[in-house]
Amino acid sequence: MANPDMLATTLAATDVMGRAEPRGARPRKTLSRRNVMLYGVLIVVALYYLLPLYVMLVTSLKGMPEIRLGGIFAPPMEITFEPWVKAWSEACTGLNCDGLSRGFWNSVRITIPSVALSIAIASINGYALANWRFKGANTFFAILIFGAFVPYQVMLYPIVILLREIGLYGTLTGLVIVHTIFGMPILTLLFRNYFASVPEELFKAARVDGAGFWGIYFKIMLPMSLPIFVVAIILQVTGIWNDFLFGVVYTKPDTYPMTVQLNNIVNSVTGVKEYNVNMAATIITGLVPLTIYFISGKLFVRGIAAGAVKG
Amino acid sequence: MSADGPPGRLFKNISAKIASIPMILTAVVVFLGGTLWTVIYSFTDSKLLPRLNFVGLAQYERLWSTPRWIVSIENLAIYGILSLIFSFVIGFLLAALLDQQIRFENTFRTIFLYPFALSFIVTGLVWQWILNPDFGLQHIIRGLGWENFTFNPLYDARLVMFGIVLAGLWQGTGLIMCLMLAGLRGIDEDIWKAARVEGIPTWKTYLFIVIPMMRPVFVTTLVIVMAGIVKLYDLVVAMTAGGPGTASEVPAKYVYEFMFRAQNLGQGFAASTMMLLSVAVVVIPWAYLEFGGKRRG
Amino acid sequence: MIAQQSIDARRVPEAEERRVIGMPGAARASSVSVRDLRLAYGALTVLDRLSLDIAEGEFIVLLGPSGCGKSTLLNCVAGLLEITDGQIWIKGRNVTWEEPKDRGIGMVFQSYALYPQMTVRGNLAFGLRNAGLPKAEIETRIARAAEILQIEPLLERKPAALSGGQRQRVAIGRALVRDVDVFLFDEPLSNLDAKLRSELRVEIKRLHQQLRNTMIYVTHDQIEALTLADRIAVMRGGIIQQLADPKTIYNRPANLFVAGFIGSPAMTFLKGRIAERGGASFFEAGGAAIALDGYQGEVPPAGREVILGVRPEHVSVGAEGAPATVDIDEPMGSDSLLWLTFGGQSLSARAPAEHGFGRGEKVGLGFDISKASLFDPRSEQRL
Repeated sequence: MANPDMLATTLAATDVMGRAEPRGARPRKTLSRRNVMLYGVLIVVALYYLLPLYVMLVTSLKGMPEIRLGGIFAPPMEITFEPWVKAWSEACTGLNCDGLSRGFWNSVRITIPSVALSIAIASINGYALANWRFKGANTFFAILIFGAFVPYQVMLYPIVILLREIGLYGTLTGLVIVHTIFGMPILTLLFRNYFASVPEELFKAARVDGAGFWGIYFKIMLPMSLPIFVVAIILQVTGIWNDFLFGVVYTKPDTYPMTVQLNNIVNSVTGVKEYNVNMAATIITGLVPLTIYFISGKLFVRGIAAGAVKG
Repeated sequence: MSADGPPGRLFKNISAKIASIPMILTAVVVFLGGTLWTVIYSFTDSKLLPRLNFVGLAQYERLWSTPRWIVSIENLAIYGILSLIFSFVIGFLLAALLDQQIRFENTFRTIFLYPFALSFIVTGLVWQWILNPDFGLQHIIRGLGWENFTFNPLYDARLVMFGIVLAGLWQGTGLIMCLMLAGLRGIDEDIWKAARVEGIPTWKTYLFIVIPMMRPVFVTTLVIVMAGIVKLYDLVVAMTAGGPGTASEVPAKYVYEFMFRAQNLGQGFAASTMMLLSVAVVVIPWAYLEFGGKRRG
Repeated sequence: MIAQQSIDARRVPEAEERRVIGMPGAARASSVSVRDLRLAYGALTVLDRLSLDIAEGEFIVLLGPSGCGKSTLLNCVAGLLEITDGQIWIKGRNVTWEEPKDRGIGMVFQSYALYPQMTVRGNLAFGLRNAGLPKAEIETRIARAAEILQIEPLLERKPAALSGGQRQRVAIGRALVRDVDVFLFDEPLSNLDAKLRSELRVEIKRLHQQLRNTMIYVTHDQIEALTLADRIAVMRGGIIQQLADPKTIYNRPANLFVAGFIGSPAMTFLKGRIAERGGASFFEAGGAAIALDGYQGEVPPAGREVILGVRPEHVSVGAEGAPATVDIDEPMGSDSLLWLTFGGQSLSARAPAEHGFGRGEKVGLGFDISKASLFDPRSEQRL
């Protein structure tokens, strides 16, 4: 399946999402057989999609004795928030027992600067590529896009060496740089396509008005492109928050991001399995991207659609 | 700057060039340099530390005679083929259903797509729990009366990949649906009108007119999904950690184990180069078809 | 880069009647001078050794079909495109390698290109702030421009809240506040509807008469060109086909392309040859003949094949004259456009609207030969 970071690299005809009118055969107003079938299928599928979320939630609100009685689908007889508390502050990873909170704050400290830095750099790249087109720029861009398709595994070790050389291996700063690097292809593409859609005459007018590279970027382009920045932020926050591989490779246990911490809690072999705590931990980890998803709604979909590979 | 002659080439657009330094470094040093570095070192006998002692194709010979790698490749093939087929079929069907001018379209779309916002780790752990033999699906159905019902993929070496596919589909089908829906909406409305005027049934219109018209959408989606499949790693780690035994090993995990655990860098490099090769086989023909013909400025 | 010595060998001859404006001393100084300009992208040459001299205060229109290089030429003058070879001088200064802002130009674009997030005032002030002008000076200039263009009530609005005509006024204002010598217009009226277009056309003309700046105006609309220009440069394929005042362009087009491009309804071309009878020259085609005395130019010797170009309004339709048959009568309000068969070829003529003609009706034609043109069929040049 596609990774969240592949989110933006998509189709040609996609920006129609969310504005075009639905098409197809005209629906009959009555409760026809066709409509019963149609909505029946959709509701069944929707229930299937919602089931894991439901299971996560009810399991996390039960006590262990109730879980042992069986029935992962059964609603809790007695709601308890203890698993949540435990998951947050006491769950053990095998190394320490201070729960997910450490991972959460690590993830926050990783995500915020990574999102800011990657978007700052990528938006400038996109702007330079769309509007200034210096010689050789397209070659670098092609290499960058090629980088989006290369399996990360190929570049893992060289980056370890690079980070070690500059003394950032195992630090949060190092991981921020890694996220900036790997976010660059998609984001640059996203911004390049966006800035290329800004009328060129606007750019020309600003040049006649004496604005330079940075003047046009900050005074003309930036204020015009808030929506695309929001899309990029959604894309990056969810992508970086959900990352596991880079967290494992480039950080040490005390700087592990939340996903790594979660996996270590749930899949640690020591001790008795506390499924309710595990599910509470899982749901807490999923909460940040889920919140962003449900709040952003159509913008998230636009994030999928916006970076179309049409150029 | 002299008014009589052109300024130096280097100083033209100098701000743009300076601003692009991070991009140029990333592209050239990390992406290009890193890839070449790994490919070159895959021909060496690097163990704990990389060293340039070339041994030809020895690492590759060893790779292809290691059962664990063969299993990884087989597993990736199973996962890839199954998730491609099912995610395309289900994704397209869902998109076609949502395209019937239904009510609550946004609600349905939101529900189908939300797993995509989650981490593979979260997805893997939820499904690990649902498929738990003692408490999960198997337990429930046995409780309903089918005492001999057995569905325990995560602890059955023959079925484990199907369990992972199940979780992967849950997470990723929404994306395919979204892309397909966008493709459907991109089709000229007059096509539908023309088909209706000629009395062609809806399903036939989809099959013989709409789907062929959506070829570019399918191809692009395919490339994106396949590039993602090769990277399959987190989901396996979270659901099975490669088990039982090595039954659910995948190449990305093999690479990680050899590079960072087994301290056998050469094997890791060779394995990752094979991954690169498999992606190249998919992406290069596509890129050639997509961008090769027309010149773009 | 090869230093290009400007040997104005291919320089276009100065127009005979040039309006002399401004200080007497500066009368003959050229305001904008393009010398041997070449622009190529790899093997594709867009402009080839193009030279053009524009006098102080002159209103010059670059006219041509899309893709003829007119906008490209304007962008080169503005400094928005880097040229391959040649030089551009503005106000006696070589600005070939200078930034657009340093060239002393103001530019107005087809899409208005107003900064959407700024108010009208912000749009007008942007360039001035970039130039580091003091606040008071900026305010004075904005006030003056707003007064000239009558956009004072709009100053605090955003471009999205303006109509198309208002936006283009603001765009002109943005060029105006820069207090520059040369105004560049890139199809400024093309996005407006017909009524607004003619209104703003008049306004631009008034503005030019008031300011007396040099103006270079790109358009594909011949009406704009004919009404606004002191001189028109008709372009095709990156080459200036003819550079002259509107009257000359209209009445004595340099070649078939210019003749066909200018004028609506279009000029009719008749193929035929020159004949001589009794010392007088005639144009003969399909048995019909037109006397050529009064032709403005040299009539070629008898026997030569030529193309006669004649505009519909220079053909009079009556009972007497060269015989022709009516095919179609198209009433156009003030008059009618008649499609006729003359000497086996199709010809159009204007006739008063009140006189209805039937299909197949025989009429007689009179030709105002002093306004007709003869072209060489091979070189397509006017004779």
